[in-house]
Amino acid sequence: MAEEVTFLNFWASPSAMRCRIALAEKGVNYECKEENLRHKSPLLLEMNPVHKKVPVLIHNGKPVCESLNIVQYIDEAWTDESPLLPSDPYQRAQARFWSDFVDNKVFEMGAKVWETKGDEQETAKKNFRECLTLLEGELGDKPYFGGEAFGFLDVNLIPFYCWFHASESCKHFRIEADCPKLISWAKRCMEKESVSMSLPDLNEYALHIKKFFGID
Amino acid sequence: MAGEFVLLTFPESPFGMRVKVALAEKGIEYEEKVENLFDKSPLLLQMNPVHRKIPVLIHNGTPICESLIIVQYIDEISKDKSPLLPSDPYQCAHARFWGDFVDKKIHPTGRRLWANIGEEQEAGKKELIEGLKAMEGELGDKPYFNGETFGFVDLSFVPFYPWFHTYESIGNFSIEAEFPKLVAWGKRCMEKESVSKSLADPHKILDFVMGRRKKMGF
Repeated sequence: MAEEVTFLNFWASPSAMRCRIALAEKGVNYECKEENLRHKSPLLLEMNPVHKKVPVLIHNGKPVCESLNIVQYIDEAWTDESPLLPSDPYQRAQARFWSDFVDNKVFEMGAKVWETKGDEQETAKKNFRECLTLLEGELGDKPYFGGEAFGFLDVNLIPFYCWFHASESCKHFRIEADCPKLISWAKRCMEKESVSMSLPDLNEYALHIKKFFGID
Repeated sequence: MAGEFVLLTFPESPFGMRVKVALAEKGIEYEEKVENLFDKSPLLLQMNPVHRKIPVLIHNGTPICESLIIVQYIDEISKDKSPLLPSDPYQCAHARFWGDFVDKKIHPTGRRLWANIGEEQEAGKKELIEGLKAMEGELGDKPYFNGETFGFVDLSFVPFYPWFHTYESIGNFSIEAEFPKLVAWGKRCMEKESVSKSLADPHKILDFVMGRRKKMGF
Protein backbone atom coordinates (compact mmCIF):
# COMPACT_ATOMS: atom_id res chain seq x y z
CA MET A 1 0.00 0.00 0.00
CA ALA A 2 1.32 3.47 -0.83
CA GLU A 3 2.11 5.37 2.32
CA GLU A 4 0.59 8.78 2.81
CA VAL A 5 2.20 10.74 5.60
CA THR A 6 1.36 14.34 6.47
CA PHE A 7 2.79 16.30 9.37
CA LEU A 8 1.12 19.37 10.87
CA ASN A 9 4.01 21.50 12.05
CA PHE A 10 4.97 24.77 13.67
CA TRP A 11 8.55 25.75 12.87
CA ALA A 12 9.43 26.92 16.39
CA SER A 13 7.84 24.07 18.35
CA PRO A 14 10.39 21.77 20.05
CA SER A 15 7.66 19.11 20.23
CA ALA A 16 7.27 19.24 16.46
CA MET A 17 11.05 19.18 15.91
CA ARG A 18 11.42 15.90 17.80
CA CYS A 19 8.81 14.23 15.54
CA ARG A 20 10.56 15.47 12.39
CA ILE A 21 13.89 14.15 13.69
CA ALA A 22 12.24 10.74 14.21
CA LEU A 23 10.74 10.79 10.70
CA ALA A 24 14.16 11.71 9.27
CA GLU A 25 15.87 8.93 11.26
CA LYS A 26 13.46 6.46 9.70
CA GLY A 27 13.79 7.90 6.19
CA VAL A 28 10.04 8.55 5.93
CA ASN A 29 8.81 10.74 3.07
CA TYR A 30 6.08 13.10 4.19
CA GLU A 31 4.28 16.30 3.41
CA CYS A 32 4.95 19.01 5.99
CA LYS A 33 2.14 21.54 6.50
CA GLU A 34 3.01 24.66 8.46
CA GLU A 35 0.29 25.81 10.86
CA ASN A 36 -0.49 29.37 11.85
CA LEU A 37 -1.18 29.01 15.58
CA ARG A 38 -3.32 32.12 15.61
CA HIS A 39 -5.44 30.80 12.77
CA LYS A 40 -5.54 27.01 13.02
CA SER A 41 -6.47 25.08 9.90
CA PRO A 42 -9.70 23.06 9.61
CA LEU A 43 -7.46 20.01 9.08
CA LEU A 44 -5.73 20.54 12.46
CA LEU A 45 -9.04 21.03 14.26
CA GLU A 46 -10.41 17.90 12.61
CA MET A 47 -7.33 15.77 13.30
CA ASN A 48 -6.77 16.96 16.90
CA PRO A 49 -10.21 17.96 18.17
CA VAL A 50 -9.26 17.19 21.79
CA HIS A 51 -6.24 19.47 22.21
CA LYS A 52 -6.29 21.48 18.93
CA LYS A 53 -2.48 21.58 19.00
CA VAL A 54 0.51 20.78 16.84
CA PRO A 55 2.26 18.54 16.16
CA VAL A 56 -0.04 16.00 14.52
CA LEU A 57 1.13 13.10 12.38
CA ILE A 58 -1.43 11.87 9.87
CA HIS A 59 -0.61 8.40 8.57
CA ASN A 60 -2.89 7.12 5.81
CA GLY A 61 -5.60 9.50 7.01
CA LYS A 62 -5.33 8.55 10.70
CA PRO A 63 -4.07 11.14 13.20
CA VAL A 64 -1.54 10.58 15.99
CA CYS A 65 -1.18 13.39 18.56
CA GLU A 66 1.12 14.35 21.45
CA SER A 67 4.79 14.42 20.49
CA LEU A 68 6.17 11.63 22.71
CA ASN A 69 3.31 9.44 21.52
CA ILE A 70 4.06 10.37 17.89
CA VAL A 71 7.76 9.50 18.28
CA GLN A 72 6.89 6.10 19.76
CA TYR A 73 4.40 5.51 16.96
CA ILE A 74 7.01 6.39 14.33
CA ASP A 75 9.40 3.92 15.98
CA GLU A 76 6.76 1.16 15.94
CA ALA A 77 5.31 1.81 12.48
CA TRP A 78 8.67 2.06 10.63
CA THR A 79 10.89 -0.70 11.92
CA ASP A 80 13.37 -1.20 9.06
CA GLU A 81 15.97 1.22 10.35
CA SER A 82 17.20 3.23 13.32
CA PRO A 83 15.33 1.75 16.29
CA LEU A 84 14.74 4.56 18.76
CA LEU A 85 13.51 2.68 21.82
CA PRO A 86 15.69 -0.21 23.05
CA SER A 87 14.24 -3.72 23.14
CA ASP A 88 14.86 -4.37 26.85
CA PRO A 89 11.74 -3.47 28.93
CA TYR A 90 13.74 -1.81 31.72
CA GLN A 91 15.79 0.31 29.30
CA ARG A 92 12.55 1.28 27.56
CA ALA A 93 11.04 2.33 30.91
CA GLN A 94 14.12 4.47 31.61
CA ALA A 95 13.98 6.15 28.19
CA ARG A 96 10.27 6.89 28.71
CA PHE A 97 10.85 8.14 32.28
CA TRP A 98 13.51 10.65 31.27
CA SER A 99 11.52 11.78 28.21
CA ASP A 100 8.57 12.42 30.53
CA PHE A 101 11.00 14.35 32.79
CA VAL A 102 12.03 16.50 29.82
CA ASP A 103 8.39 17.30 29.07
CA ASN A 104 7.25 17.93 32.61
CA LYS A 105 10.29 19.51 34.23
CA VAL A 106 12.82 20.77 31.69
CA PHE A 107 10.25 22.51 29.53
CA GLU A 108 8.42 23.99 32.51
CA MET A 109 11.56 25.12 34.34
CA GLY A 110 13.13 26.47 31.17
CA ALA A 111 10.05 28.53 30.35
CA LYS A 112 10.08 30.05 33.86
CA VAL A 113 13.64 31.29 33.31
CA TRP A 114 12.49 33.18 30.23
CA GLU A 115 9.22 34.40 31.79
CA THR A 116 10.45 35.77 35.12
CA LYS A 117 12.69 38.50 36.43
CA GLY A 118 14.67 39.29 39.56
CA ASP A 119 14.49 36.88 42.52
CA GLU A 120 11.88 34.72 40.84
CA GLN A 121 14.22 34.28 37.88
CA GLU A 122 17.12 33.34 40.17
CA THR A 123 14.97 30.57 41.67
CA ALA A 124 13.93 29.47 38.19
CA LYS A 125 17.55 29.35 37.05
CA LYS A 126 18.49 27.25 40.07
CA ASN A 127 15.66 24.79 39.38
CA PHE A 128 16.56 24.63 35.69
CA ARG A 129 20.22 23.98 36.48
CA GLU A 130 19.16 21.14 38.80
CA CYS A 131 17.17 19.58 35.94
CA LEU A 132 20.15 19.82 33.63
CA THR A 133 22.45 18.31 36.27
CA LEU A 134 20.10 15.35 36.60
CA LEU A 135 20.15 14.88 32.83
CA GLU A 136 23.96 15.07 32.79
CA GLY A 137 23.96 12.35 35.46
CA GLU A 138 21.76 10.19 33.29
CA LEU A 139 24.02 10.77 30.24
CA GLY A 140 27.18 9.89 32.18
CA ASP A 141 30.08 9.18 29.84
CA LYS A 142 27.94 7.76 27.04
CA PRO A 143 28.07 9.47 23.64
CA TYR A 144 24.25 9.49 23.55
CA PHE A 145 21.52 8.90 26.14
CA GLY A 146 20.71 5.82 24.06
CA GLY A 147 24.27 4.52 24.55
CA GLU A 148 26.40 4.13 21.43
CA ALA A 149 23.49 4.99 19.18
CA PHE A 150 21.19 8.00 19.03
CA GLY A 151 17.89 6.97 20.64
CA PHE A 152 14.50 7.93 22.03
CA LEU A 153 15.62 10.32 24.77
CA ASP A 154 18.20 11.95 22.47
CA VAL A 155 15.42 12.65 19.93
CA ASN A 156 13.13 14.07 22.60
CA LEU A 157 15.68 16.32 24.30
CA ILE A 158 17.78 17.69 21.42
CA PRO A 159 15.19 20.28 20.24
CA PHE A 160 15.80 22.16 23.49
CA TYR A 161 19.26 22.94 22.13
CA CYS A 162 17.48 25.82 20.38
CA TRP A 163 16.76 27.28 23.83
CA PHE A 164 20.31 26.66 25.02
CA HIS A 165 21.67 28.45 21.98
CA ALA A 166 19.25 31.36 22.51
CA SER A 167 20.20 31.64 26.16
CA GLU A 168 23.92 31.92 25.35
CA SER A 169 23.24 35.13 23.47
CA CYS A 170 21.11 36.43 26.29
CA LYS A 171 22.85 38.22 29.12
CA HIS A 172 20.49 36.80 31.71
CA PHE A 173 21.25 33.14 31.42
CA ARG A 174 24.21 31.20 30.18
CA ILE A 175 24.44 27.51 30.87
CA GLU A 176 27.37 26.13 28.90
CA ALA A 177 29.71 26.38 31.88
CA ASP A 178 27.20 24.60 34.12
CA CYS A 179 26.60 21.56 31.98
CA PRO A 180 29.51 21.04 29.58
CA LYS A 181 28.71 17.35 28.99
CA LEU A 182 25.20 18.19 27.90
CA ILE A 183 26.44 20.87 25.51
CA SER A 184 29.02 18.52 23.94
CA TRP A 185 26.27 15.86 23.65
CA ALA A 186 24.08 18.43 21.89
CA LYS A 187 26.86 19.40 19.47
CA ARG A 188 27.44 15.70 18.73
CA CYS A 189 23.70 15.31 17.95
CA MET A 190 23.76 18.41 15.73
CA GLU A 191 26.30 16.63 13.49
CA LYS A 192 23.58 14.17 12.53
CA GLU A 193 21.72 15.16 9.39
CA SER A 194 18.36 14.09 10.82
CA VAL A 195 18.84 16.64 13.62
CA SER A 196 20.41 19.55 11.75
CA MET A 197 17.71 19.43 9.06
CA SER A 198 14.91 19.32 11.64
CA LEU A 199 15.97 22.21 13.83
CA PRO A 200 15.34 25.77 12.63
CA ASP A 201 18.03 28.36 12.03
CA LEU A 202 19.28 28.88 15.58
CA ASN A 203 19.66 32.64 15.31
CA GLU A 204 16.18 33.01 13.86
CA TYR A 205 14.86 30.88 16.70
CA ALA A 206 16.71 33.00 19.27
CA LEU A 207 15.02 36.13 17.89
CA HIS A 208 11.64 34.39 17.95
CA ILE A 209 11.91 33.19 21.55
CA LYS A 210 13.12 36.53 22.83
CA LYS A 211 10.23 38.26 21.09
CA PHE A 212 7.80 35.66 22.48
CA PHE A 213 8.99 36.25 26.05
CA GLY A 214 9.51 39.98 25.64
CA ILE A 215 13.27 39.94 26.26
CA ASP A 216 15.94 42.02 24.56
CA MET B 1 6.52 -14.36 36.81
CA ALA B 2 9.97 -14.73 38.28
CA GLY B 3 11.47 -12.12 40.54
CA GLU B 4 10.65 -10.03 43.55
CA PHE B 5 8.20 -7.16 43.22
CA VAL B 6 7.66 -4.42 45.78
CA LEU B 7 5.16 -1.60 45.26
CA LEU B 8 5.50 1.68 47.14
CA THR B 9 2.10 3.32 47.19
CA PHE B 10 -0.77 4.59 49.31
CA PRO B 11 -4.31 3.24 49.06
CA GLU B 12 -6.15 6.35 47.80
CA SER B 13 -3.70 7.14 45.00
CA PRO B 14 -5.27 6.54 41.59
CA PHE B 15 -1.75 6.17 40.19
CA GLY B 16 -0.93 3.44 42.71
CA MET B 17 -4.23 1.71 41.93
CA ARG B 18 -3.33 1.58 38.22
CA VAL B 19 -0.21 -0.43 39.02
CA LYS B 20 -2.14 -2.76 41.33
CA VAL B 21 -4.71 -3.48 38.62
CA ALA B 22 -1.93 -4.18 36.10
CA LEU B 23 -0.11 -6.54 38.48
CA ALA B 24 -3.39 -8.34 39.25
CA GLU B 25 -4.24 -8.65 35.54
CA LYS B 26 -0.90 -10.37 35.02
CA GLY B 27 -1.16 -12.54 38.13
CA ILE B 28 2.06 -11.06 39.52
CA GLU B 29 2.51 -11.30 43.28
CA TYR B 30 4.08 -8.39 45.08
CA GLU B 31 4.68 -6.85 48.47
CA GLU B 32 2.83 -3.59 49.05
CA LYS B 33 4.50 -0.93 51.22
CA VAL B 34 2.23 1.90 52.23
CA GLU B 35 3.90 5.31 52.26
CA ASN B 36 3.07 8.26 54.49
CA LEU B 37 3.24 11.19 52.10
CA PHE B 38 4.07 13.61 54.90
CA ASP B 39 6.91 11.40 56.14
CA LYS B 40 8.38 9.67 53.11
CA SER B 41 10.45 6.58 53.74
CA PRO B 42 14.21 6.47 53.01
CA LEU B 43 13.39 3.66 50.56
CA LEU B 44 11.05 5.91 48.54
CA LEU B 45 13.57 8.75 48.49
CA GLN B 46 16.29 6.35 47.39
CA MET B 47 14.16 4.64 44.73
CA ASN B 48 12.64 7.82 43.28
CA PRO B 49 15.16 10.59 43.96
CA VAL B 50 13.96 12.66 40.97
CA HIS B 51 10.28 13.06 41.86
CA ARG B 52 10.06 11.54 45.38
CA LYS B 53 6.57 10.29 44.53
CA ILE B 54 4.61 7.08 44.58
CA PRO B 55 3.94 4.72 42.95
CA VAL B 56 7.32 3.07 42.55
CA LEU B 57 7.58 -0.53 41.42
CA ILE B 58 10.79 -2.16 42.59
CA HIS B 59 11.61 -5.27 40.52
CA ASN B 60 14.54 -7.28 41.90
CA GLY B 61 15.80 -4.13 43.60
CA THR B 62 15.52 -1.91 40.51
CA PRO B 63 12.96 0.93 40.58
CA ILE B 64 10.52 1.92 37.85
CA CYS B 65 8.61 5.19 38.34
CA GLU B 66 5.61 7.04 36.84
CA SER B 67 2.41 4.97 36.78
CA LEU B 68 1.78 4.67 33.03
CA ILE B 69 5.45 3.87 32.44
CA ILE B 70 5.24 1.19 35.16
CA VAL B 71 2.09 -0.26 33.55
CA GLN B 72 3.81 -0.45 30.16
CA TYR B 73 6.81 -2.12 31.81
CA ILE B 74 4.58 -4.71 33.48
CA ASP B 75 2.89 -5.32 30.12
CA GLU B 76 6.22 -5.79 28.34
CA ILE B 77 7.74 -8.21 30.86
CA SER B 78 4.71 -10.53 30.70
CA LYS B 79 3.42 -10.30 27.16
CA ASP B 80 1.79 -13.75 27.12
CA LYS B 81 -0.81 -13.01 29.76
CA SER B 82 -3.68 -10.46 29.45
CA PRO B 83 -2.03 -7.96 27.06
CA LEU B 84 -2.85 -4.42 28.14
CA LEU B 85 -1.68 -2.49 25.09
CA PRO B 86 -2.72 -3.51 21.56
CA SER B 87 -0.03 -4.84 19.21
CA ASP B 88 -1.09 -2.61 16.30
CA PRO B 89 1.00 0.61 16.39
CA TYR B 90 -1.93 2.91 15.61
CA GLN B 91 -4.22 1.39 18.24
CA CYS B 92 -1.33 1.51 20.68
CA ALA B 93 -0.79 5.22 20.00
CA HIS B 94 -4.52 5.81 20.41
CA ALA B 95 -4.49 4.05 23.80
CA ARG B 96 -1.45 6.02 24.99
CA PHE B 97 -3.09 9.27 23.90
CA TRP B 98 -6.13 8.65 26.10
CA GLY B 99 -4.03 7.44 29.03
CA ASP B 100 -2.14 10.72 28.76
CA PHE B 101 -5.47 12.60 28.53
CA VAL B 102 -6.54 11.16 31.89
CA ASP B 103 -3.26 12.42 33.38
CA LYS B 104 -3.63 15.88 31.87
CA LYS B 105 -7.37 16.49 32.09
CA ILE B 106 -8.94 14.29 34.78
CA HIS B 107 -6.45 14.12 37.63
CA PRO B 108 -5.39 17.79 37.85
CA THR B 109 -8.92 19.13 37.29
CA GLY B 110 -10.36 16.80 39.93
CA ARG B 111 -7.64 17.96 42.28
CA ARG B 112 -8.41 21.59 41.54
CA LEU B 113 -12.01 20.84 42.54
CA TRP B 114 -11.28 19.09 45.86
CA ALA B 115 -8.22 21.06 46.98
CA ASN B 116 -9.91 24.46 46.72
CA ILE B 117 -13.02 26.45 47.53
CA GLY B 118 -14.93 29.21 45.79
CA GLU B 119 -13.95 30.30 42.27
CA GLU B 120 -10.96 27.95 42.04
CA GLN B 121 -13.18 25.02 42.95
CA GLU B 122 -15.81 26.05 40.40
CA ALA B 123 -13.14 26.34 37.72
CA GLY B 124 -11.87 22.84 38.59
CA LYS B 125 -15.41 21.45 38.48
CA LYS B 126 -16.06 22.97 35.06
CA GLU B 127 -12.76 21.57 33.66
CA LEU B 128 -13.42 18.15 35.19
CA ILE B 129 -16.87 18.02 33.61
CA GLU B 130 -15.31 18.85 30.22
CA GLY B 131 -12.77 16.07 30.74
CA LEU B 132 -15.44 13.55 31.71
CA LYS B 133 -17.50 14.56 28.68
CA ALA B 134 -14.52 13.83 26.42
CA MET B 135 -14.00 10.46 28.12
CA GLU B 136 -17.66 9.52 27.68
CA GLY B 137 -17.42 10.54 24.02
CA GLU B 138 -14.38 8.30 23.57
CA LEU B 139 -16.12 5.36 25.29
CA GLY B 140 -19.19 5.69 23.05
CA ASP B 141 -21.30 2.54 23.10
CA LYS B 142 -18.36 0.17 23.64
CA PRO B 143 -18.36 -1.95 26.82
CA TYR B 144 -14.75 -0.87 27.47
CA PHE B 145 -12.53 1.90 26.10
CA ASN B 146 -10.50 -0.94 24.58
CA GLY B 147 -13.58 -2.38 22.82
CA GLU B 148 -14.83 -5.78 23.88
CA THR B 149 -12.14 -6.33 26.49
CA PHE B 150 -10.55 -4.33 29.33
CA GLY B 151 -7.36 -2.58 28.22
CA PHE B 152 -4.85 0.18 28.80
CA VAL B 153 -7.22 3.15 28.75
CA ASP B 154 -9.69 1.35 31.03
CA LEU B 155 -6.85 0.62 33.43
CA SER B 156 -5.59 4.22 33.27
CA PHE B 157 -9.00 5.70 34.04
CA VAL B 158 -10.73 3.16 36.33
CA PRO B 159 -8.88 4.24 39.51
CA PHE B 160 -10.69 7.56 39.20
CA TYR B 161 -14.06 5.76 39.35
CA PRO B 162 -14.00 5.51 43.20
CA TRP B 163 -12.98 9.19 43.21
CA PHE B 164 -16.31 10.14 41.57
CA HIS B 165 -18.01 10.05 44.98
CA THR B 166 -15.52 12.62 46.30
CA TYR B 167 -15.86 14.90 43.26
CA GLU B 168 -19.68 14.68 43.56
CA SER B 169 -19.75 15.34 47.29
CA ILE B 170 -17.41 18.31 47.23
CA GLY B 171 -18.50 19.66 43.85
CA ASN B 172 -22.18 19.16 44.57
CA PHE B 173 -23.18 17.48 41.34
CA SER B 174 -24.06 14.01 40.12
CA ILE B 175 -21.64 12.26 37.77
CA GLU B 176 -24.17 9.46 37.31
CA ALA B 177 -26.82 11.93 36.12
CA GLU B 178 -24.44 13.75 33.77
CA PHE B 179 -22.39 10.77 32.55
CA PRO B 180 -24.43 7.58 32.94
CA LYS B 181 -22.30 5.66 30.43
CA LEU B 182 -19.14 6.32 32.45
CA VAL B 183 -20.75 5.11 35.65
CA ALA B 184 -22.08 1.98 33.90
CA TRP B 185 -18.56 1.38 32.57
CA GLY B 186 -17.11 1.78 36.09
CA LYS B 187 -19.55 -0.77 37.48
CA ARG B 188 -18.71 -3.15 34.64
CA CYS B 189 -14.98 -2.85 35.41
CA MET B 190 -15.64 -3.46 39.10
CA GLU B 191 -16.99 -6.92 38.18
CA LYS B 192 -13.40 -7.87 37.32
CA GLU B 193 -11.51 -9.20 40.30
CA SER B 194 -8.28 -7.45 39.28
CA VAL B 195 -10.13 -4.14 39.56
CA SER B 196 -12.34 -4.70 42.59
CA LYS B 197 -9.46 -5.92 44.74
CA SER B 198 -7.19 -3.02 43.68
CA LEU B 199 -9.46 -0.01 43.97
CA ALA B 200 -9.90 1.94 47.20
CA ASP B 201 -13.29 2.30 48.84
CA PRO B 202 -15.01 5.53 47.71
CA HIS B 203 -15.94 6.49 51.29
CA LYS B 204 -12.37 6.07 52.47
CA ILE B 205 -11.22 8.33 49.63
CA LEU B 206 -13.72 11.00 50.70
CA ASP B 207 -12.56 10.69 54.34
CA PHE B 208 -8.95 11.07 53.18
CA VAL B 209 -9.80 14.16 51.12
CA MET B 210 -11.86 15.75 53.90
CA GLY B 211 -8.86 15.25 56.17
CA ARG B 212 -6.60 16.98 53.63
CA ARG B 213 -9.10 19.84 53.18
CA LYS B 214 -9.21 20.34 56.95
CA LYS B 215 -5.41 20.63 57.02
CA MET B 216 -5.69 23.21 54.23
CA GLY B 217 -8.14 25.16 56.37
CA PHE B 218 -11.36 24.47 54.46
